[in-house]
Amino acid sequence: MSILGTRVVRIEDPAFLTRGAVYTDDVQDEQLDGACHVFFVRSPLAHARINSIDLSAARDAPGVIAAYTAADLVDVPELAPMMAAVDQHMTQPLLAGDVVRYAGEPVAVIVTEQPYQGEDAAELADVDYDPLPVVVDMSDALRDDAPRLFPAAASNVAITFGDAATFDTGLFDGCEVVVTRTIENQRVAPAPMETRAAAAAWGQDGRLTAWIPNQGAQGTRAALAAMLGLDQSDVRIITPAVGGGFGAKFGADPEAGLVCLVAKRLGRPARWAESRNENLAGMTHGRAQRQTVTIGGSRDGTVQAYRLEVIQDCGAYPKIGTILPSLTLLMTPGPYAFPRAESAAVAVLTNTTPIGAYRGAGRPEATAAVERAMDLFAAEIGADPAQVRRKNLLPPFTEPHKTAFGAVYDTGDYAAALDKVLAAADYAGLREEQARRREAGEISQLGVGVSCYVEITGGGSEAGPPNENGTVEVHPDGRATILTGTSPHGQGHETVWAMLASQELGIPMDKITVKWGDTDLIPEGGGTGGSRSLQQGGAAVRQASLELIEVARQRAADRLEVSASDLVFDVGQSQFEVAGDPDAAVPLAGLAETERLFVRSVFSAPGPTFPFGAHVAVVEVDTGTGKVSLRRMITVDDAGTVVNPLLAEGQRHGGIAQGAAQAFLEEIIYDSDGNLLTASFADYPFLSATEVPSFELVDMATPTTYNPLGAKGIGEAGTIGSTPAVQSAVVDAVSHLGVRHIDMPTSPQRVWRALQAARAAAGPAAAGQTAAGPAAEEDR
Amino acid sequence: MIPAPFEYARAESAGHALDLLAEHGDEAKLLAGGHSLLPMMKVRLAVPSMLIDIGALRELAGVAIDGDDLVIGAITRHAEVAGSDLVRAQAPLLAWSAAQVGDPQIRHRGTIGGSLAHADPAADLPMALTALGGSVELTGPAGRRTVTADDFFAGYFETSMEPDEMLTAVRIPRQPGTPWGYQKFTRRSNDWAIVGVAAVGGRVALANMGATPLRALAVEQALAAGAAPADAAALAAEGTEPGEDIHADRAYRQHLARVLTERALAHQAG
Amino acid sequence: MKVQLTVNGEDRCDDVEPRLLLVHYLRQVLGLRAANVGCDTTSCGACTVLLNGESVKSCTVLTVQADGQEVTTAEGLARDDELHPVQAAFRQEHGLQCGFCTPGMVMAAIGLLAENPHPTETEVRQGLEGNFCRCTGYHNIVRAVLAAADMMSSAPEVAK
Repeated sequence: MSILGTRVVRIEDPAFLTRGAVYTDDVQDEQLDGACHVFFVRSPLAHARINSIDLSAARDAPGVIAAYTAADLVDVPELAPMMAAVDQHMTQPLLAGDVVRYAGEPVAVIVTEQPYQGEDAAELADVDYDPLPVVVDMSDALRDDAPRLFPAAASNVAITFGDAATFDTGLFDGCEVVVTRTIENQRVAPAPMETRAAAAAWGQDGRLTAWIPNQGAQGTRAALAAMLGLDQSDVRIITPAVGGGFGAKFGADPEAGLVCLVAKRLGRPARWAESRNENLAGMTHGRAQRQTVTIGGSRDGTVQAYRLEVIQDCGAYPKIGTILPSLTLLMTPGPYAFPRAESAAVAVLTNTTPIGAYRGAGRPEATAAVERAMDLFAAEIGADPAQVRRKNLLPPFTEPHKTAFGAVYDTGDYAAALDKVLAAADYAGLREEQARRREAGEISQLGVGVSCYVEITGGGSEAGPPNENGTVEVHPDGRATILTGTSPHGQGHETVWAMLASQELGIPMDKITVKWGDTDLIPEGGGTGGSRSLQQGGAAVRQASLELIEVARQRAADRLEVSASDLVFDVGQSQFEVAGDPDAAVPLAGLAETERLFVRSVFSAPGPTFPFGAHVAVVEVDTGTGKVSLRRMITVDDAGTVVNPLLAEGQRHGGIAQGAAQAFLEEIIYDSDGNLLTASFADYPFLSATEVPSFELVDMATPTTYNPLGAKGIGEAGTIGSTPAVQSAVVDAVSHLGVRHIDMPTSPQRVWRALQAARAAAGPAAAGQTAAGPAAEEDR
Repeated sequence: MIPAPFEYARAESAGHALDLLAEHGDEAKLLAGGHSLLPMMKVRLAVPSMLIDIGALRELAGVAIDGDDLVIGAITRHAEVAGSDLVRAQAPLLAWSAAQVGDPQIRHRGTIGGSLAHADPAADLPMALTALGGSVELTGPAGRRTVTADDFFAGYFETSMEPDEMLTAVRIPRQPGTPWGYQKFTRRSNDWAIVGVAAVGGRVALANMGATPLRALAVEQALAAGAAPADAAALAAEGTEPGEDIHADRAYRQHLARVLTERALAHQAG
Repeated sequence: MKVQLTVNGEDRCDDVEPRLLLVHYLRQVLGLRAANVGCDTTSCGACTVLLNGESVKSCTVLTVQADGQEVTTAEGLARDDELHPVQAAFRQEHGLQCGFCTPGMVMAAIGLLAENPHPTETEVRQGLEGNFCRCTGYHNIVRAVLAAADMMSSAPEVAK
């Protein structure tokens, strides 16, 4: 009986529930005994010259061991932009030296005996700033007269992808209908529940051991080693439990490097854990694209051409977010068979927190843009948005399909996904209810939003094509250990990798231990991101297990003095048997007695895979106040074979919630001076349980041929489909009142303003009306 | 984010608390549930050098009837006010309002006295007290005095309480069976009101439309003159100069005041 | 100053700064690190524990305020090796992923069920409005609390 495909509860959970998992701030290790505590002084200004920093009063505060500024780090080089094609003038110091470029940038380090003392001492730091002109808006940053973040660079542009100057000016010739709109894919905060932290200790041998929450210990080691001018062999990264990452915990942030430097300078271990308010300003933000979409076609609903122009806000220093537009452009047409399409992007710096990866990382932006365009087109021709989508989807395919943008979609049946979700949602019934409420002029209007998406998972990197290593070892006592290059932070690899190995080895899951995240144990690995882990890391574990069986088979043949081909491996008993002679058998574990029995295997995928799906969102809009209530989310998220449905659903739920939150609730807001206004969880509208319903998941699994599991990546798909579906639903709820577009998040004020504008456009009689009457039942 | 250092004393009685207040002057603050004060201290917007803990003074907690008034001790937690049969019977708007504050954990700790003394114009209880025509009992070295809600809330996070006084009880005129309406407009359920409206017995109070909870006097006057609720509600923003923030600008806040007042009045009318 | 608390049934006596937050007392002085700090504004609930049986956010309680009182943390729930019904339900329903919000979420759920043993889905969501989760989208957390409510109401001897 196969364990694969069954709802196995997690091995991790009992410890998580009874003692709590051990996150970086929880770690107790003798190497960290007597650790000092690090606290950062951060700039309150978004752009300023630092004239002087006086830490004398801070140094005298209770418990202060040391305090440092950039002047104390003259031998520490600034961080170069990660991609060579990015303007190399745009370097990031670990501590701001001459100039600060975003509010929250670290300018000094204070080290104390006790954790509480750093915050006290930091108040005594005297920093003399000379304000510089601030640029917050990405379009403003592109202007010739914009304040420049790096005067030595040609402009604030970090990198461009494609070139709008080469666009085909005749792209939309022959289109009966052309619609264009500039839309916002707003800046959001990844906000994992665990903020950033680090702990560092240097050994007598000069080796650094650092505990840092991350999404790939090997990448973190490389980043830290580069930051500190060390050989990677002199750095050991240990990955404690990680309380969520969502793309923002790759590599190493400057603060982590500074904690290591402090430990070195003082000859004493050092620890740091940031507060939430620091996290909201200091951890990389996500999304932040301004998109101009143009779509043209004929009145029968056929799209003939689509153009996407992107401005990517990078924040103050070019980080991962700077290059994500390349993925946006790669996915320009999404699941549609557009005859003609083109796209280009410009990535520009602003005096704001740098932009990093955030669940979906460049692909949600592509889907949100094309889905908005499809809705605008449908509205322009007066057609049903689901019908228009159906008409333009690529037909089903089982052989890889290459798009004009260079993406090779592996397998897909986009129309089937759409049909399934519409059926599950009772789309016709929803439209009927919507019509009834419109007819009755009810205060609470119903909106239905549909999205179709395809996304790219498991892409390769600069290091080579997509691959991952897995090591499986069977011990003489019947237990097994797995080493993986992936880096789970809630996804449940401990459970699923054990399932995969158990399936092949016949060893029960509770006898299997999975390890990751310690670079001394696992020096190579690609980490967890881009939804790569199961299709590469899981495939590697399965592959290593199978190879181990073959190694063991040969040993068994030798021991039993038969030929390997006479042996059968009985998974149920976890033993080799001679065919036709059940008494001649040897257990798998027995073959580890004289020599270690392990295999390290690298699974290489032929390329990235392309999960796809369709979402329907149902919202109610209170036309009196503009408030949006999300009533239903019905989704199809097809990521191929599902190895553990319980965990796969969890990934979908989490993604759907984050994507919906972007559509109607969350946003990072700066004022024009670059002050962060959404600076705490009281102000940043982080999604809570009362704003979302339970989700309705529809199963669909179109396997990929790219790995033996048939699995694609599920981690980000939910996010990608839900954002446009929810935004679409909100606009749909009030489209009969003349509204064509509302930017995200569709806050009550934005919705109300859209209604006001539509009423004003409709004429004086309509503009004078205000919505009257009682609203939702739960109000009083 | 943790508070700056401070000294701490536990009051043995209300009188002892007043002695400590007198002794330590402006630098001391009273600590009841701590769920208005401690969040401000953690981000160092408040830096008292001494906290006088009155949270254990059971003599200052509880709900009772005193003649025509419902009397609620200052240290009564929001959860107790919300769940009290007496409050639900005599002033149900207050029970409802207390149930809206924050979330369950906050309601287990926060107190009615603490919330009123904090005087956040966006909070539930100051608005509710104003709508109910309630008052607070202030106790000081000179004795006890009663101040109406209208006179108590003096400005943005400011009350008319003297530095050497303590809020010891809340008095609400008993009004069993009086219809009421309550609207709290938020983005998320545990947020402060972007705008709030409470209507009961001919009085209408607004939250987050100014530096203090405001009476919507134009609405009250129109209702008293026999106007239909919808027409009266159209006057809700009159005389208000609401602030602007990331959730709402002035025009939108004023619009919300009108819409929410209409809904509160409609519910009140049954 | 000296404080005496009973934590998970064990009497403790310690000398603490008045400003020491209860969550830091639990984590740094007692080594009970299940409760986590997730925010600065009493918003997220990752620090939720029971104080005299009621759910509170331990980041907004001074240790000195808890003097003479009883605190229960997630570490104090399981009996021998058996999970508390709420913990068991969270595992069964996959109501946790990264686990950071989980101890606080479990304590809040226990507090909720103590006051409302048969909540509706809406009441569960409202009851957990003060507990943030980034990973699960709340879907399975709600399922877990409802499942625990069923378990606990049908087996009263394990309800405590």
